[in-house]
Amino acid sequence: MTLFGYRVPMMASLLVWCVVWEIVGRLDLVFLLPPFSDVLVAAISLVQTPSWQSATVTTLRAFAAGMALSIVVGVPLGILMGRVKIADDLLGMWVNIFSSAPLSAIVPVLMILFGFGEKTIVAAVFLFAIWIIVLDTRAGVRHISPSLIEMARSYGASRPALYSKIILWAALPEILAGIRLGLIRGVKGVVIGQLLVAIVGYGALFETFSRNFRMAEFWALTIILFAFALLIAELIERAEAKVEYYAGARQ
Amino acid sequence: MGATALRNGPSPVPAPIDSIVEVRGIFKTYGNVEALRGIDLDFPRGKLTSLLGPSGCGKTTLLKIIAGLIRADGGTVAINGKHVTAPGPERAFVFQDFALMPWATVMRNVAFGLELRGTNKAEREAIARRYIAEVGLAGFEDKYPHQLSGGMRQRVGLARALSVDADVLLLDEPFSAVDEQNRRKFQEDLIRLRTNQNKTFIFVTHSIEEAVYISDRIVLLSPRPGRVSQIIEPEIDRSGDPERIHRDRHYLDTVEEIWQGLKQYVE
Repeated sequence: MTLFGYRVPMMASLLVWCVVWEIVGRLDLVFLLPPFSDVLVAAISLVQTPSWQSATVTTLRAFAAGMALSIVVGVPLGILMGRVKIADDLLGMWVNIFSSAPLSAIVPVLMILFGFGEKTIVAAVFLFAIWIIVLDTRAGVRHISPSLIEMARSYGASRPALYSKIILWAALPEILAGIRLGLIRGVKGVVIGQLLVAIVGYGALFETFSRNFRMAEFWALTIILFAFALLIAELIERAEAKVEYYAGARQ
Repeated sequence: MGATALRNGPSPVPAPIDSIVEVRGIFKTYGNVEALRGIDLDFPRGKLTSLLGPSGCGKTTLLKIIAGLIRADGGTVAINGKHVTAPGPERAFVFQDFALMPWATVMRNVAFGLELRGTNKAEREAIARRYIAEVGLAGFEDKYPHQLSGGMRQRVGLARALSVDADVLLLDEPFSAVDEQNRRKFQEDLIRLRTNQNKTFIFVTHSIEEAVYISDRIVLLSPRPGRVSQIIEPEIDRSGDPERIHRDRHYLDTVEEIWQGLKQYVE
């Protein structure tokens, strides 16, 4: 997008909404909504507090662990389902149910299983992120041109070579799309997990801010979280664009 | 019918003495559809044999059975006298839709067969470079398939098949996804290649002109179920200018004769 000859970043439409927020906030109509400038000020002071920093470390660590786990499990599972009919018949139903189920309802059960600590949060991230990764990987594997597989076989590819040199690469655009959507769901998972456990990381901060009606800080934390989710999604999208470029001529 | 093929046409010939590929009693059914019934064929070494027939005659199925990509329900395939049921290094396949890896450069695509065999990088790239030049793609080594035209992509597919140094090249309608001008050029190149490379070609096509133009031997298949209906050896002198062949009297006669034979299958 360009405006008055300058290149304006894609996020520019957000600016408009920030202005609207500022105005509504200044009018003092709803006490839940402080002016945007207050939120920004709160954000700046928030990131300097040790409690935010330690919460961020805790949250990031749980998020990264949960995501790594769901990628490591989800991608092979999706490939298996895309290649083996029996596996697809057995697991397909469950993956579909879990990918559309209200998973927040299951988080308390995780708490019983894994206790009030980080394990529960990791499990929540895993549970939120994995299903879309499995489904997209499966779709990608299903779309591989059969002649590409025949090509590998006719030139003597062993089974490991077939998977590592052909199938994984041919399905890569879909796998990355799945991971991108999984990351966004994983952010949801980490927050919901922490909110329900309510004593660690951002969950604890959210709990404190909303209980004490510290709305500026509450919104500041929300915005930081949104920004983080958008940022990683954007990063993956970059990688996707690169892969799509090479995969653009898929038959 | 089945075991013995009718041999008529311009020049009836005895069974070839040195056949590299021997197909015996091949049967194949897909569900209730009988794709191939009792195919017996010999493919002479160093020649280009076409499998020609209308769609649904099982010619691609037969080629893929020879390649070891499809399992026959009955019968055997022997290469150099050895029975085969799976792909092997003595055969290389050229695909109708090119089957190139879109994420890999021309160089890596061409060298892929050697990569799978564990040839070291320097060696396989040297070999690939030679065949890339051989098919007329020198300078395109670092391009990706989507940056090439259809004709060029199939040249990559051909270079890949040549670089593994197989005795038998199996080509499944390699020019059907290539535009007309490129096809002509490609056919001429194939004639040249067949003379230079001491290889056996088995070529599937549905184009009568193409089959007569390039083949030493044409196997006509009839559809539903696929059987060998006729074997023709066009006596065309291909030594001179390839352009001349299109006006050759034998060429035109053979095309006409095959068409008369195939007409009955066209509704």
